[in-house]
Amino acid sequence: MSELAGPERSSRTGAADGRGSGNILELEDVRASYGRAEVLHGVSLQVSNGGVTAVLGANGAGKTTTLRAISGMVTAKGRIDLDGQDVLGSRPDQVARMGVAHVPQGRGTLDQLSVRENLLVGAYQRRDRKAVEAQIAECFELFPALARRQTSTAGNLSGGEQQMLAVCRALMSRPRLLLLDEPSLGLAPRTAEEVFEAIGRLQKETGLSMLVVEQTAALALALADTAVVLEIGRTVLTGPAEEMAGRDEVRRAYLGD
Amino acid sequence: MQHAIQQIVDGLAAGSIYGALALALVLVYRATGMINFAQGLMAVASTYIALTLWQAGSPIGAAVAVAIAVSLVLGAVTERLVIRRFEGASPHTAVVVTVALLILINGIVGAIWGYNSQPFPSLFPTGTVTVGGVVLAIPSLATIGVLIAVVVLLQLLFLKTKLGLALRAVANNPESSALSGLNVGRLLMVGWALAAGLGALAGALIAPKVYLDPGMMDTILIYALAAAVLGGLDSPMGAVVAAWIIGVSENLAGTYIGFIGNDLKIGVPLVAMFVILLTRPQGLFGRKEAVRV
Repeated sequence: MSELAGPERSSRTGAADGRGSGNILELEDVRASYGRAEVLHGVSLQVSNGGVTAVLGANGAGKTTTLRAISGMVTAKGRIDLDGQDVLGSRPDQVARMGVAHVPQGRGTLDQLSVRENLLVGAYQRRDRKAVEAQIAECFELFPALARRQTSTAGNLSGGEQQMLAVCRALMSRPRLLLLDEPSLGLAPRTAEEVFEAIGRLQKETGLSMLVVEQTAALALALADTAVVLEIGRTVLTGPAEEMAGRDEVRRAYLGD
Repeated sequence: MQHAIQQIVDGLAAGSIYGALALALVLVYRATGMINFAQGLMAVASTYIALTLWQAGSPIGAAVAVAIAVSLVLGAVTERLVIRRFEGASPHTAVVVTVALLILINGIVGAIWGYNSQPFPSLFPTGTVTVGGVVLAIPSLATIGVLIAVVVLLQLLFLKTKLGLALRAVANNPESSALSGLNVGRLLMVGWALAAGLGALAGALIAPKVYLDPGMMDTILIYALAAAVLGGLDSPMGAVVAAWIIGVSENLAGTYIGFIGNDLKIGVPLVAMFVILLTRPQGLFGRKEAVRV
């Protein structure tokens, strides 16, 4: 399991401590637009080193766009710092090479490639073939369903299996930060719980920092230490995850009052 | 019987040339979701480069090799400077852009080399070999051999190398590939470069048969398009098999079906295309959901 997060983590955590912020990711007053339409009007949030931040909000609040802004998939203004490094204006592949793994909504499965090839694409930047093979083996150990179907086309996997594959693929790059966009989308409630259990286990064992966008607040809040609520493209509330469940803003976000 | 075998081999040879250009179309389609109507004229320009080198005293094999190398670069440059600006545009825009490219290259080629037909030397020795009592032309056999070699090399590239994996990943899902750290733009350039190189090869194979002029590839492009569509547009193997089917059926129909003859035989692949697409809209080897233009 330790292999999944990679050996570089500890040194990086140490470096970040030196800067004193303790945050792997900081967004400050981020604005983003599709064409001329601005959809984020000021999003601020932090992910602490080794921590999990959940982004909550109603449909259209700008959760997905926030992740896309971090990955350079939409033009954004403001400040986006990854471990003290400015990522604003970088292309998606550059942000990925800086250590951000982004599992997009709908999982981004390479559906015409085999399960194994999906994982190899995730490891594309790596040169340590033996460690890559070891990590693939570990992923198959963690998710036996993927092991059984490693040579079959990823498009044939079930939704839950595809989500597992997407997480494994993201981890293959040995990221410093994992962005998860609606991991439970389109999954049966039981499967969604299993996916979150697996992500939670992974987080505990590796201490990988995560930013999770999720519609099902209960699942996200159980995983996160910090929660951020977005309303119409703005951060309206930030606080410890355990205090969030009862808050009006959270209920509004999900019940649409 | 002997005559029929000769016709089949000649058909396979013609089909191999269509196949080389069809492969170029498929590579571009897989990479950028466009049908490059300028692929034929890009090939013509490459063939003129080979001709110029040959006229300057280079052996024809070396001239073609250099022309292919130059074409790889020109293909990449075309993607970077022109196509990149229309990435993600509508299919209609893509058609207009590649047709405009066709007209532009036609003008450039005409301005540099003129519009008169020029003889082009064959890469292969003329002559025949006798196999089991059947007399076969060496250039035909060599052309088929070259295409088979190209297909094998492409399969090795796609299935056995890291670059090939990246090219397939980008063709499958560019956004997701970028999120995995793949430089999508550079990989699309590689796709266009390979396509231009294949086009150069197709040009050098056809030019000795038909003489070289700016319109040389016009008919070949129609056959290649038919083959690419028949094969399913995103399947290199499908394109080649379809090109062989077209070459052979065209040759046999032209020879043995009296009223078709040489004039109407271009209609054969189009009829085949019509029938196959009616019954299998995704082509012979295509994936049903693969349309992402």
